[in-house]
Amino acid sequence: MGWPGAGGGYVADSSIVGPAAGLGVAVNQTGPIPLDAEFVCQPGELLALVGPSGSGKTTLLRTIAGLYRPQGGRVECAGDVWFDAERKHSLSPQRRQVGIVFQDYALFPHLTAAQNIQLPLRHLPQLERREQAEQWLAKVRLDGLGKRYPNALSGGQRQRVALARALARDPKVLLLDEPFSAVDQVTRRRLQRELALLRQQIDIPIVLVTHDLEEAAALADQICVLHNGESLQQAAPEALFRRPASPLIARLLDRHNLFEGVVVDVEGHQRLQWGEAYLEVAEGLANLSPGETVAWYLPPSDIVLHRRDRPSQGERENPLAATVEELVVLGGITSVSLRVNHGDMLRFDIATHAARRNQLTSGAVVNVSLLAAGIHLMPGHRVRADAHDKRK
Amino acid sequence: MDWSALSVSLRLAGFTCLILIPIAIWLGRALAYARFRSKGLCEALIALPLVLPPTVLGFYLLLSFGSEAPVGAFWAQMTGSGLNFTFTGILLASLIANLPFAVQPIQRAFEHVPHNLREAAWCSGLSPWQTLLRIELPLVWPGIMSAAALTFAHTLGEFGVILMVGGAIDGETRTLAIAIYDRVQAFDEQGAAQMSALLLLVSFITLGLVYGLAGRRRWVRG
Repeated sequence: MGWPGAGGGYVADSSIVGPAAGLGVAVNQTGPIPLDAEFVCQPGELLALVGPSGSGKTTLLRTIAGLYRPQGGRVECAGDVWFDAERKHSLSPQRRQVGIVFQDYALFPHLTAAQNIQLPLRHLPQLERREQAEQWLAKVRLDGLGKRYPNALSGGQRQRVALARALARDPKVLLLDEPFSAVDQVTRRRLQRELALLRQQIDIPIVLVTHDLEEAAALADQICVLHNGESLQQAAPEALFRRPASPLIARLLDRHNLFEGVVVDVEGHQRLQWGEAYLEVAEGLANLSPGETVAWYLPPSDIVLHRRDRPSQGERENPLAATVEELVVLGGITSVSLRVNHGDMLRFDIATHAARRNQLTSGAVVNVSLLAAGIHLMPGHRVRADAHDKRK
Repeated sequence: MDWSALSVSLRLAGFTCLILIPIAIWLGRALAYARFRSKGLCEALIALPLVLPPTVLGFYLLLSFGSEAPVGAFWAQMTGSGLNFTFTGILLASLIANLPFAVQPIQRAFEHVPHNLREAAWCSGLSPWQTLLRIELPLVWPGIMSAAALTFAHTLGEFGVILMVGGAIDGETRTLAIAIYDRVQAFDEQGAAQMSALLLLVSFITLGLVYGLAGRRRWVRG
């Protein structure tokens, strides 16, 4: 059985290796929930499954836990095969040794916080069980609250109990299903911070299901993008956000600046023709043949606004004149939309004070540079064709 | 005061609870979790004794307990005795008449147990049996308690079905409710009043005890 890289339109980071000690999941079925997903997660690594609601994130998590049995596929963890559809082999949830934090935490309401944590420890003698539960309570900063029932705990405290209960079992994989969605933003930040700290102490694969891209980018080592049950791409956040494999992935990641250009030959150099501009591209253009139309993406950080009073860095690279179409001030950040002569729209954020200094106003003509290293080509993809792909 | 009637009543109510509650736990749980097409039909069948006049139910039971009917014949073959006009007969009738009172509260209670609590228990390493004993039963306990209370009290008060199937044989099938009726028929108003007051007291104490116990749960969401 091959791990990611082999299958269909799936694109994997070249650094991803097999799941010898980690978690490897490959699932496929046609219904009732269509699934076609593959991903891996190494010990100590946090993999975020992201995608819009209905993309199959939670179903995949339940598949790992053994709470859902797909028609086809394979789940492997720490060298053990947990599920293999071909051999009709499936371990029960009890025997998989997973720690799972449910979206609503699923604490047992008739047991105290300490009793909740003790439940997975029933193989130990009572005294040891109690001691361990106390230690876990301390680890998640709930000392002294062990005698409380879940209904007497705040949302954040409940989440911590759920996390402690999941980890108390000494699991081989930790599964988190939208664990921060039921708490207010202040608590969410704090819990995210605590998770990041706790991670350093545990050496198992962690799979986080979330629809919050910022959360995924902040917490995950790897992100796997899902759409309609299909895994589209797995990569490190930075690589994924700068180099999405297709316009669809870029859109799922809430990226703008998706365009189409034509490969042309200008005095012996390959250039990307975009409207009236002939863009230099650092990577990937040489392999394409002139006349080919190609989708491309530019991270907003690689759009450089020229200052009016003095030249800025990178000014020579792909300079372009554009009209300010819209300025949206969001506190310290201003979101700028520029209309280029042929109609496409560039979007990027700058600091609000910088926007003021440059006297950006709606309708003003400004110059920008599109950094050649940032231009990411997606050969074989068209922006418009993908646009019909089930997204509003 | 007809002490033997009180004894029959208490024995009948006790045995009905003892036998019916485990069945109702199994049935109520199955109905709460299962998604099958004929579920509505099953629920309707269970609820039927609730709306049927006791005499109608008693009449059909009387027929089916007869030695020519399959149930009665089978019982006669197994034990050598009939069902009609025996304690076993009224116990069987009472089990059927009380089915909705026992199953419905338990089914509702199971329906209110969030599904992922069971999953969380499995993922904590609890077997399905341990999950039932340590998670589900404690959570549905109030439902079981009210099922037991309703069944017990309703059996004490049951009249029509018992009279049809059991008649009024002293020490065997004459329950307190039937004895009261007999006393009234015999113009023994004082005897009827004493027994009525006793039945009232026993019913009230049963219900009070059960609801009092079921209500003393700290974790119940306030």
